[in-house]
Amino acid sequence: MKAPFSLRNIVTALVVAGLVLLPLYSSLSGNVFVLTLFTRIIILALAAASLNLMMGYGGMMSFGHAAYLGIGGYAVGMLAQEGIGSGFVQFPVALAASALYALVIGALSLRTRGVYFIMITLAFAQMAYYVASGLARYGGDDGLTVYKRSDFAGLINLSNRVQFYYLCLACLLGVIFLIWRIVNSRFGLVVQGLRSNEQRMQAIGFPAKRYQLVCFVIAGTMCGLAGALLANNTDFISPAVMYWTRSGDLMVMVILGGMGTLFGPVIGAVAYLVLEEMLSRVTEYWAMIMGPLLLLIVLFGRGGIMGLLGRFERG
Amino acid sequence: MLLVVEQILNGLQFGLLLFLLAAGLTLVFGIMDFVNLAHGSLYMMGAYFAATFVAWTGSFVLGAVLALAATLLLGIVLEFTALRHLYGRDHLDHVLATFGLILFFNEAVRLIWGPAGLALPLPPWLSVPVQIIPGIHYPAYRLAIIVVALAVALLLYLGVMRTRIGMLIRAGASNREMIGALGINIKLLYTLVFGLGAALAGLAGLMQAPILTVQIGMGENILILAFVVIVIGGIGSIRGAFVAAILVGLIDTLGRAFLPNLLRQILSSAAASTAAPALSSMLIYLLMAMVLVARPEGLFPATRR
Repeated sequence: MKAPFSLRNIVTALVVAGLVLLPLYSSLSGNVFVLTLFTRIIILALAAASLNLMMGYGGMMSFGHAAYLGIGGYAVGMLAQEGIGSGFVQFPVALAASALYALVIGALSLRTRGVYFIMITLAFAQMAYYVASGLARYGGDDGLTVYKRSDFAGLINLSNRVQFYYLCLACLLGVIFLIWRIVNSRFGLVVQGLRSNEQRMQAIGFPAKRYQLVCFVIAGTMCGLAGALLANNTDFISPAVMYWTRSGDLMVMVILGGMGTLFGPVIGAVAYLVLEEMLSRVTEYWAMIMGPLLLLIVLFGRGGIMGLLGRFERG
Repeated sequence: MLLVVEQILNGLQFGLLLFLLAAGLTLVFGIMDFVNLAHGSLYMMGAYFAATFVAWTGSFVLGAVLALAATLLLGIVLEFTALRHLYGRDHLDHVLATFGLILFFNEAVRLIWGPAGLALPLPPWLSVPVQIIPGIHYPAYRLAIIVVALAVALLLYLGVMRTRIGMLIRAGASNREMIGALGINIKLLYTLVFGLGAALAGLAGLMQAPILTVQIGMGENILILAFVVIVIGGIGSIRGAFVAAILVGLIDTLGRAFLPNLLRQILSSAAASTAAPALSSMLIYLLMAMVLVARPEGLFPATRR
């Protein structure tokens, strides 16, 4: 990160530039599918970035992060169902609901550590999954169709593919900017200090749990935003987005890209989902290749893609 | 009354099955400090092997024995080729690598056996109801599961507490460097423990197979339950796993059976019938959350940590 033109920074800049210019390519080539695919990728990259704040910087290994995708999504879907279509209501409600959920489960989960923390976050996400499955009024197991996308009073039209794409991209870059500011603030430094050595931080007078809880809530709220966007993207929300394998997917994206790096999760999400898309075109059994690939990445590629780029440069 | 006894037995049977799965998981975690998400895949493979071998040999018992051996072998191969390189790494690496294995196994099964589920028919001598106490009949097969699982639990207890290998396993759990320094082949011990865990998972899978259909993804749901069990029991503790497994089995089964009626007493029947399924699915997670809040290391914390 010292040299401005390090390999990492160049790759990051290329990826970001590619994302910014993608709609241009899509409209020139008439390839609409690529835009739809990348809208999804950007939304999940946003979720992964929020997980990275918690996992990479805060050292809190949440295995239930997909719950926020569901909560944000259901907030939009349920309000739309009840006839409240304004995005100015839906999005704040989605964020507030995610924050509240994060506050409650964070306060409980942070009593544990290590594998217990991984498992308790997982358990809460499974509970959220079953609650959503039980919402008979909102589709239950089958999910809920969102007939009308969030309405921003003419400011931005979410049904327009390009506008929606840029909204998602702006949210992603905004969140990453925010994470950057958080990580370099006093608060962020305390949280990172807690990751390295909780006992010492506590000994010099920082209330560890309180700092971690705030970090937990911020990350959850950010992911709630991703959930609200996701419901608008697919026009549909179902309990399946909260299933534990989805949380696993998000974790994989973060680790694949490089945990604790600003743009790692974005690169991880792009790599993971593009690979999935490409492999699923080659063969129906894409997961046969994807699974061992993950194993190899863990065995040999420590630090994810970002770590690999850094090592490649150092030789 | 009849229903209550039957449901308690069902709960016990489910709990014992969970114990078989959780015992392997908790052994592997307690001794190798390894988080194995692919444990559920071994359970699934046990069921698929059983369905295949029973169809081949035409004998339920022979097929089950072959399936058990196959799962044991699979576990050992898996440990030998990939997983042993991950010991000592971060838990997150374990989660990621074994998550990849889940993807692999699910697809491999789809490739080999096809996307449709398999059925494992019971032999006639196991599919009759047995009179356990006057007036109460219970399926012989479920009874057999209870007996086999209890026997395995007892063997496991005796094996870990009374044999030399069991002693080494316990020693490995409390201080792995030390027993390596004392000249014990720790790598072999690890492979053995992993194989044992795999065989237990396979046993659970093949015993469950005739009750449920054998299908892709059957390992994932039960894996989460097994994790809930070992977290409630205290990771690394077999005794904790046993108590927690029975607890979870009973609460889950009884909750599903009686909660709807119970709720109907309090709520309107429409509200009860929507709330009950979700609530009964949540019960064990609620239990886990409550246990962890009260005792962050589980009910029977392993002594090492």
